[in-house]
Amino acid sequence: MTTSTYGEYGGRYVPETLIPALDELDRGWEEACADPSFREELERLGARYVGRPSPLYETERFAPFGRRIVLKREDLNHTGAHKINNALGQILLASRLGKGRIVAETGAGQHGVATATVCARFGLECVVYMGAEDMRRQHPNVERMRLLGAEVQAVEFGTKTLKEATSEAIRDWIANVETTYYLIGSCVGPAPYPSIVRELQAVIGREARYQMLETYDRLPDAVVACVGGGSNAIGLFAGFLDDAGVRLVGVEAAGAASLGSGRPAVLHGARSSVLADGDGQVLDAHSISAGLDYPGVGPEHAALRDSGRAEYVTATDEEAVAAFHRLAETEGILPALEPAHALARALDLDAELILVGLSGRGDKDLAEVLQI
Amino acid sequence: MAGAETPELARAAESGGADLIEIGFPFSDPLADGPVIRRAAERALAAGMRTQACLENLRAIGELVGVPLVPMTYASLLEAYGWERFAVDARDAGASSLIVADLPVDAQPELSRVQLVAPTSTDERIALASERTDGWLYLVTVAGTTGARAELSPALAPLVARTRALTDIPLYAGFGISTPEQAAAAAELADGVVVGSAALLAAEEGAGALERFVAHLRAALA
Repeated sequence: MTTSTYGEYGGRYVPETLIPALDELDRGWEEACADPSFREELERLGARYVGRPSPLYETERFAPFGRRIVLKREDLNHTGAHKINNALGQILLASRLGKGRIVAETGAGQHGVATATVCARFGLECVVYMGAEDMRRQHPNVERMRLLGAEVQAVEFGTKTLKEATSEAIRDWIANVETTYYLIGSCVGPAPYPSIVRELQAVIGREARYQMLETYDRLPDAVVACVGGGSNAIGLFAGFLDDAGVRLVGVEAAGAASLGSGRPAVLHGARSSVLADGDGQVLDAHSISAGLDYPGVGPEHAALRDSGRAEYVTATDEEAVAAFHRLAETEGILPALEPAHALARALDLDAELILVGLSGRGDKDLAEVLQI
Repeated sequence: MAGAETPELARAAESGGADLIEIGFPFSDPLADGPVIRRAAERALAAGMRTQACLENLRAIGELVGVPLVPMTYASLLEAYGWERFAVDARDAGASSLIVADLPVDAQPELSRVQLVAPTSTDERIALASERTDGWLYLVTVAGTTGARAELSPALAPLVARTRALTDIPLYAGFGISTPEQAAAAAELADGVVVGSAALLAAEEGAGALERFVAHLRAALA
């Protein structure tokens, strides 16, 4: 049985119409996990199509004196972010379930691009919902999705960002549930999605732990990752959860701190820590980074916060942009604005050997950064 | 949808012949709703209709109408207010039951409410919903969100047949029913029809328009 709750978080808060589809997904995922050919196919495509394992790279000039900062280079994956790990695994699952049409939501466009990419590779119809505001600020990714053959649907109401795009993708799924697979982009949503996404992203943490031991003969003192919905962070943390001596640090955008400033609420099918008012109404998040501009977070992060196993801090837009420039100028690497939040906090973290999840590359953010 | 005009609108709906009135308690992210109800919820929230104001609104509606009132809302409101406390306070304010659009039958089993079943529901789930539902069962006629459709869903007849084989409780069909013709066709199959988005659109034209709209539906069911 796939994990359906994380402590008091998670669950399935969706219209009845979707419950049988979630049960089907649950069974399909269990069967896939038990089938060696699924694992083999995922590993084969991971190696040859995505370029795994992604390297570890220790910064030479970025880290302040006395600290070592090591990057897990998910930005070097095909399509330029960690999102492809999840999209690839779920497209194999969708194929097993016999679904010919894929819907997805996207914020920064990285998940939309990853989904459009695997749909092109597997010959499946692809519809991506994206907030109109995000289409403006992440325009290159909109063009990429279209070139890959996906239909990009603008969401013109509410916040016009990831929150509304997710709601519209779920509404599409409700209306087309017999033929359509919902390829969710983060460790959020109704069970079993959070655990499926976590397992597919856990490859980041497994590789990173092995590479740390191989290269440094020790584990890092701290592992730092940005948290929007939280998939790259949960994937990286997954490799170190059982290593009590390794600090796990999630970095949220200051204006979208679902864990830092949220309260228990229900959003997009799960109970989690959500930016919400005292009446359970979901509030708007604000971040320069479209991928972190989301008022909810994966339920497992809420449980890790409560248990104290992981700590969650914030970085402001300005701090993220400063870290973006610093990495570009000191290492010749343009990070996405999302992991730039993690880089910002890694700079002042009180730890000697720090592993940072560099979840994506920054090409998509040039317009946003140059505007400032 | 709860709001300043809702007591007057509810009275108009009752005069037009409504047997029961659903009152929407707005939520910021209503996954089960199409554009008409979503926009109505946005307007209600912008006008400050939070849970306490909705409950007061419900009480005011109850003072004007005699038919049963059923709040329809989402889990996040109950999570924030307290599940049991919400149920108690809603009943105290005049609710005869409760509909929570994103709370499947296996979640919060102790919360008495009208359960929904859909064309995708298994017989096992329909049986469980029939057992746990409060008074009547809400048959979602389509796989989809709320809002008008051109035709009555062909999925309704088989859903009614499957549900009838499992229970004797009243079955009310809703989602996608907007015209008197569709209502009449749905009523051939089910014991009642629920009209939401189309009624909200009529209500935007005022109480008189809503009363005439409901009267047309009522006449079609006679």
